[in-house]
Amino acid sequence: MRAVIAEDSVLLRVGLVKVLEAVGHEVVAAVGDAEELLAAVAEHQPQVVVVDVRMPPGFTDEGVRAALVIRRQWPEVAVLLLSQFVEERYASDLLSANTSGVGYLLKQRVANVDDFVEALQRVAEGGTALDPEVVSQLLIRRDTDPLRRLTPRERDVLALMAEGRSNAAIAQTLVVSDSAVAKHINAIFAKLDLPSADVTHRRVLAVLHFLGVA
Amino acid sequence: MSPSIFHRAVQRAAAHAPWSAAARRDTLLLAAGVPLSAPVLILLGLPRLWFVLVAFLPCLDLLSVAQRSRLRALRGLLIPSRAPRNAGWWGKVRAGLTWRQFLYHLVVAPLQTLGALLVLAGWGIGLVMATVLGWIWLMPAGAPLQSRPGWAVADGWTTLGGAALLFLTPWLAALLSRFEEWAAGSLLGLNRAELLQRRVEDLAESRAGVVDAADAERRRIERDLHDGAQQRLVSLAMNLGLARRTLKDVPAEAMRVIVEAHEEAQAAIDELRDLVRGLHPVVLEDRGLDAALSGIAARCPVPVRLDIDLSDDIAPTVEAVAYFTVSEALTNAAKHSRASRVELSIRQRDGRLHIQIHDDGIGGADAARGTGLTGLRKRAASVDGTLAVTSPHGGPTTITAELPCEL
Repeated sequence: MRAVIAEDSVLLRVGLVKVLEAVGHEVVAAVGDAEELLAAVAEHQPQVVVVDVRMPPGFTDEGVRAALVIRRQWPEVAVLLLSQFVEERYASDLLSANTSGVGYLLKQRVANVDDFVEALQRVAEGGTALDPEVVSQLLIRRDTDPLRRLTPRERDVLALMAEGRSNAAIAQTLVVSDSAVAKHINAIFAKLDLPSADVTHRRVLAVLHFLGVA
Repeated sequence: MSPSIFHRAVQRAAAHAPWSAAARRDTLLLAAGVPLSAPVLILLGLPRLWFVLVAFLPCLDLLSVAQRSRLRALRGLLIPSRAPRNAGWWGKVRAGLTWRQFLYHLVVAPLQTLGALLVLAGWGIGLVMATVLGWIWLMPAGAPLQSRPGWAVADGWTTLGGAALLFLTPWLAALLSRFEEWAAGSLLGLNRAELLQRRVEDLAESRAGVVDAADAERRRIERDLHDGAQQRLVSLAMNLGLARRTLKDVPAEAMRVIVEAHEEAQAAIDELRDLVRGLHPVVLEDRGLDAALSGIAARCPVPVRLDIDLSDDIAPTVEAVAYFTVSEALTNAAKHSRASRVELSIRQRDGRLHIQIHDDGIGGADAARGTGLTGLRKRAASVDGTLAVTSPHGGPTTITAELPCEL
């Protein structure tokens, strides 16, 4: 898989290149700011880009804006945003057009290489990877009545679904059986009045749509 | 008379001798006052010209400025101006129009001018009288003044009187300039209430400066940790994670060490992140209070309902206080209250920030005992805010804080 990395901290950029190469991806460009990123994407047409939110020159949300440009101009390129902190508005911006091939993770998550690689994989394959903190912020913001009807367990399942995880992954995280997860999900869909679907990211789309993001 | 008293009297007399520096300074001060109040004196002397005084009113403040400047230049006396520092012209004039200013410019200063003229006359007349014998002696022999009978005795007395006048004038000048200093200080300067008010303004300003400086320092430390130590730790953890994933043929013992190191590094990142957040959260700086508050609400183990309505003209220091108030209150609610829900409401009304954190827990929180709450109260007070806790045993607990939006 061909990837482009945009991260202004040299230390992390080198680390990210090493991680991606170690799991067999090809890093075609590793750049330090948003302009270089757009140029690199135009030149190399990668499958996935990993973008730091805060980059020179302004150190505010250059990464998010670059990611939005990429999603508009090259919709087939998957984008994984890395951020110092979660900000649900970034997530909303990013997810509002399309939830396929999008990820938004806290920067510190790259320290857990396995999780990070798994999330990157998911995004590259057209799935979604949202940081648990993003999801819980979204849940808080949309604390509307239907959500209150959910049991705490169902809320946990909903949060994991919104992160972009598969049934199997949810079952593993919550240490329950696959069928129990399926049962919870059906209950959530019923309570939230969402149509059921079997492709992972469409499920996320449905959830996020309910949460008011998409 | 003991020698020491005699000695001191001689010293004092020497200090006020006609040739002494003190005599020169006092006379200068008084003489400089003449052009400032002589016009007033003349106006007061003219009959039916009181209406001119009305036109003269707006000039009072200018006169005060001139008088203050005179006292500062010639006496080093700093008389604070009564007008607020950023008052416009009208504010300045208005501050000048008080009965104490009137009293000074219309009564004290003219009297003072009369005194000054007296002192100047004393010098002039004294000088002429003291030297009268000399003048007569210098005249050509046979001049009419010398032909008067007994002239030497009479003019001898005149000379003595002149010398006495010369020695007395410095004392008068000293007396008048003392009075001048006292009168100007108490009539042109600030009275006690105004002094206290000025002091309060100064203190409020310097406190705001200190609070801001502390806040800026916290932010700087946060930035350094974030861009330095944290990045390095993440990089280190990433490398360890990579080693854990890619090294296949290492002894189990070595792998265990790597795994432990990796987990330690991740724990360190989490700890550092909490620490940095406790100093000053990045999100607060980058995205504002609203975003930062949804962040802490989301991390709170107890479900939080948010009700935030903010515009963006809030001083950064106040934002920080609001953030830490909410953060601490939510932490307390999660740790001690056994609450099942927290309602957080923040609204901006009339230039003040109203924060309310309400939980349905068991209550019993005491701002007098809990160090966290005491800290919050102090922090609110540091920006002139207030914090109140109502938490009866059995609950519920409500914390309300009110902060000014601008320092």
